[in-house]
Amino acid sequence: MIAIVDYKAGNLTSVQRALEFLGHQSEITDRAERIVAADRVILPGVGAAGATMENLRTLGLVEVLRNGVARAGKPFLGICIGIQVLLDRSEEDDADCLGIIAGRVVRYPRSIDGRTLKVPQIGWNRVRQTRPHRVFAGVPDNTHFYFVNSYYPIPDDPSMAIAASDYGIPFTAAVACGNVLATQFHLEKSGAAGLKLLDNFCRLSC
Amino acid sequence: MLAKRIIPCLDVREGKVTKGVRFLKNVDVGDPVAMARYYYNEGADEIVFYDITASNERRGIMLDVVRAVAREIFIPFSVGGGLRTLEDMRAVLLAGAEKVSIDSGAVRNPALISQGARAFGSQCVVLSMQVKKTGARPDVPTGYEVVIDGGRQPTGRDALAWSREGERLGAGELCINSIDRDGTKLGYDLEITRRISEAVSIPVIASGGAGEPAHLRDAFTIGLADAAIVASIVHYGEHPIPALKSYLKRNGVEIRDAVTVDLAPR
Repeated sequence: MIAIVDYKAGNLTSVQRALEFLGHQSEITDRAERIVAADRVILPGVGAAGATMENLRTLGLVEVLRNGVARAGKPFLGICIGIQVLLDRSEEDDADCLGIIAGRVVRYPRSIDGRTLKVPQIGWNRVRQTRPHRVFAGVPDNTHFYFVNSYYPIPDDPSMAIAASDYGIPFTAAVACGNVLATQFHLEKSGAAGLKLLDNFCRLSC
Repeated sequence: MLAKRIIPCLDVREGKVTKGVRFLKNVDVGDPVAMARYYYNEGADEIVFYDITASNERRGIMLDVVRAVAREIFIPFSVGGGLRTLEDMRAVLLAGAEKVSIDSGAVRNPALISQGARAFGSQCVVLSMQVKKTGARPDVPTGYEVVIDGGRQPTGRDALAWSREGERLGAGELCINSIDRDGTKLGYDLEITRRISEAVSIPVIASGGAGEPAHLRDAFTIGLADAAIVASIVHYGEHPIPALKSYLKRNGVEIRDAVTVDLAPR
């Protein structure tokens, strides 16, 4: 069973529908014991870092995600806001985040060389696979994925990055550290390539 | 660099695709779910459904369509047409749409934009506007006026001013539909598309008038659009999406490549 963490925001059902399509059983839940008991955990969604962390705190899930999931070696996938709250801090709402991966989250620049950069980034961008990882099995390098975001992560240890993309500047598009995996792009909205990554995650043994 | 998006638009009335789709041999062209699946497989970057159901009582049918589409289409899709309240928006998003497109409802009640953005996030809210070239007047300095109710009703609002206002209120994207060009196949209105795109810092979607592949190229390179709505140019089968994309690629436009991915169980 895959637990999809319900933090009272975000598009949880689209991740569940994608898992259903792929034939993987999942449960949307905000209960610590269900998350700890799950084989895998997905933290999906859209939303702001401050509100997401606030909801996770209120639900008592911060320690669960840190210790019951990340440090317990359970396969974990963060999507979009789910990658951003993994780091120590986010510029968005000046939020204290989970600190599972050392680093910070910053906003895209407002302009590049005097030209306005449209923020949020909304659309399909190429993803370079900067470090080989099994989650990319069967997905060609430089495939487009669907992004919706105004902020991007900067892990302290650059070797945590497994993929990068460019939006005015180069940015980290996916990270992996042992059992913890996360993407800036929406796997559940990125067509067949996104489904493939999601399917790969569901079959990874960490 | 972001790929320019090609977005097929399907008009749906009481659960059926209504107009201008008549080319497919093995697809029920009246069935919005089958049509969405077809365009998804063709490489559409997003899909828009425009619900033109006349009566409120029949709107539930559209929600069934949205739920069915969401089960098998894994790219973003939006729903527009007749959304007037936060509850209308919520119902469409809960049924599985990624975005809502609001139009006349937002002109009548601009707070709908900010309420939607607060409740669901700006990325969910597309402010769509029908614009008509009227000539410059004191209240319409660009010469492009926003009209509502299918183009029948002038509003006295300037298209550029309304775009800026929409951005300020929290719209995540703007869709600029030229009613002068709609259905003409003469190409998008590049002037107003470009003026708005240069004035805002959110994505702009060009709409109305695509008849040739060059029209899409121009929307992106001259109109500076981030995305383009296509209807009859793809619905009649003359210019399938893969052909449009290879044309754009040859002309130096960044587009999303098709990828072959094996999803069969291991």
